Amino acid sequence: MSSLIDALTQPSQTANHHRQTTETPMASSASSQDKEPDPKITVEAASFFYGERQALFKIDLAVPRHQVTALIGPSGCGKSTLLRCLNRLNDLVEGARLIGKIRLDGQDMYDPSVDVTDLRTRVGMVFQKVNPFPKSIYQNVAYGPRLQGMRRRSWLDALVEKSLQGAGLWEEVKDRLHHSALSLSGGQQQRLCIARALAVNPEVLLMDEPCSALDPISTAKIEELLHALKEQLTVVIVTHNMQQAARISDLTGFFLMGELIEYAATKVIFTNPSDSRTEDYVTGRFG
Amino acid sequence: MPGKMKKILDSGTLFVWCCGTAVAALLLMVGGLLLLIMINGLGFFWPHALVEMTLKDGTHVLGELKEEEVIPYSETPAFPEGKTRVRLKIGNRDLYGLDFRWVETDQIASVETPQDVIAVERREWGNFYGRIREVTRDGQVVASGNLEGWKALQPLIEHANELHDEIERLQKDVIGDVNYEIEEIRLRIRELALQDQPQASEVVALQASTKQLETQYQKHVETLRKLSEQLNESSVVLVETNGREQHLAVGHIVNALRPNTMDAFEKILTYFTNFWSVLSQEPREANTEGGIFPAIFGTVMMVLIMSVAVVPFGVLAAFYLREYARQGVIVRMIRIAVNNLAGVPSIVFGVFGLGFFVYAVGGTIDTLFYPEALPTPTFGTGGILWASFTLALLTVPVVIVSTEEGLSAVPREYREGSLALGATKLESMIRVILPCALPGILTGLILAVARATGEVAPLMLTGVVKLAPALPLDHHFPFLHVERKFMHLGFHIFDVGFQSPNVEAAKPMVYVTALILVMVVILLNLSAVAIRHAMRKKFRSSSV
Repeated sequence: MSSLIDALTQPSQTANHHRQTTETPMASSASSQDKEPDPKITVEAASFFYGERQALFKIDLAVPRHQVTALIGPSGCGKSTLLRCLNRLNDLVEGARLIGKIRLDGQDMYDPSVDVTDLRTRVGMVFQKVNPFPKSIYQNVAYGPRLQGMRRRSWLDALVEKSLQGAGLWEEVKDRLHHSALSLSGGQQQRLCIARALAVNPEVLLMDEPCSALDPISTAKIEELLHALKEQLTVVIVTHNMQQAARISDLTGFFLMGELIEYAATKVIFTNPSDSRTEDYVTGRFG
Repeated sequence: MPGKMKKILDSGTLFVWCCGTAVAALLLMVGGLLLLIMINGLGFFWPHALVEMTLKDGTHVLGELKEEEVIPYSETPAFPEGKTRVRLKIGNRDLYGLDFRWVETDQIASVETPQDVIAVERREWGNFYGRIREVTRDGQVVASGNLEGWKALQPLIEHANELHDEIERLQKDVIGDVNYEIEEIRLRIRELALQDQPQASEVVALQASTKQLETQYQKHVETLRKLSEQLNESSVVLVETNGREQHLAVGHIVNALRPNTMDAFEKILTYFTNFWSVLSQEPREANTEGGIFPAIFGTVMMVLIMSVAVVPFGVLAAFYLREYARQGVIVRMIRIAVNNLAGVPSIVFGVFGLGFFVYAVGGTIDTLFYPEALPTPTFGTGGILWASFTLALLTVPVVIVSTEEGLSAVPREYREGSLALGATKLESMIRVILPCALPGILTGLILAVARATGEVAPLMLTGVVKLAPALPLDHHFPFLHVERKFMHLGFHIFDVGFQSPNVEAAKPMVYVTALILVMVVILLNLSAVAIRHAMRKKFRSSSV
């Protein structure tokens, strides 16, 4: 199975060459990349190791600008690992190692000259486990800007309001900005996390199963939000929920055991996948 | 039968009962300990009634009834249950040599509680129990007779106490200040002499001011002498129960009571007055009487200095171990070592404190910064700073372990969330992880305080004394004198209870000191718990 993928991804010898040929291996799914000649993020032959264990096998992927890209697959297939590679959160894991290249706007993320904290402000992240800090709502949203040295109260106030509005939470919390973030409901907390990520004005938003712990109404709100967010930034979302991926994403990548089996327009993946394993998964035959 | 036994064992009821019994026994022991200390300690302040006994041989005994017991091995056919005896505090140590006396019950002819007896608390020789014959002033009889004398005595005692306050102020503040300045000048002169080019003009000026100060000193000493004379102006002639007379200058009386005529309200008032005077006054009579204020002050002060030293030290170490160090064999070994450090006997820490802090560090500080004072050591001898540091070492494992636990309880999501917003590791730690770990750190501090307050052995090597001439905090710059020796409640208990010549008379003081030590521990702990509670609440609900 991996030999097939290897065969498909072989031509990637140099970065330039690779970028031109990204679409060829995925000929069946190339429609979106045709429209997007300059992807926001490109993953080039990325293999990832936790110590001795290999978690990703030569992934090639291009994330187009202002689109929602969904990563699906059964548990442990490496989709979250890939997501965490995109803002270098995996750096924290002891013994973690990446081979291959990941580029943001064409620049290598893992180049030694890259400032990791700066990178992470450009690539924001929302986590599966809702994690507002045990501080007030206001302090949560202002956390990132304050780190960047923003001190003026009036600017912060405006930014907090803008970010909360961007996350669709402003109307619900505007009268209690200084209450603890932990007093909010689960769905509100997740939207607060989105607002917190938006406050540093990122170019890309990574979402790691953001709705898995939420009720359907909260999930619907966040999905709605994604449609609006797409205008401003690029979204990569990992989800277990196939309906969700079908509803919200423009492109979908299907992962299985650390390999990217198929990456194409969402419509194609869910209606006419080229790989039988993808079909099996999306139709619910396994996983 | 074995089947039934097995059934009982399997049901788990037996185990639950064992657990319950263990808890109950524990509660009983703690409760019993506190009760014992409280009964003995709190009873000390109560003005006890005086009983006067007439014995069969015609002599009298006057004093406070303390206890009654069966004489050991006194069972005879005539007395199958044994003879009994009572113990009285008869005071008048200067006359009888002892404060306490056993009286066998069958020797007592009659017992009464006379209304006219007084209990005098003296500055020396303990209490006096008896009656007043006359009160004199400058040799002239002012009042004679018990009741008249009692009335005349009250204002005199009040006046004498005011005089004592004045004398103490003169000695401590005024003369103390002069002495302090003279000593400062002496050290300055010596410092100049040690320099290569002594500046003669400055030395002369300094010597002149020393002369001036010495004149001042003489003047104050003269005032002091006059005041002390005033103390002896009036005196009282007391009669003890067997008729012996005792002349006593009013200046030697702390207070006089007639406990048998007091009503409940007066007794309660006296109770709280006594309680306050123990808390606020300085000790007398080799610490067996008077107050324990310097010991309370020293204990609290030492714990505060220790807290200031131990928290940053322990927290930084824990942060390193948990957040920065590569988790491996070495870190695991360090953890084991830290945990074992908590089990090292405290006297070993005392020896280390003496060798390292006092002699090595203190001695070096002395040669480098205080050469003018040598050979008198400044930091090169035990002091509150070294004692606090020694205790900080003793308690640092507790703080490290609690902080590490606090840190490991911070969810990984907080760290990642913070990093994902562009925070560096240090920023995440200061802004998110440290606040979340604070309750854990405070738990460590609470445990450290509880341990340090009760520790005595290492202090005996590193700076605690029976009687400290001055508190470590006063109005001379730099106000906090961490090199000074200090008094400590725990050491006070040991000293009063086991090192005093009059152990029986000192026993109440031991209980009182123990009670106050327990109260200090509880108070320090409660305040730390209150801070922790406020912090937890802040993190959980509304915050700004």
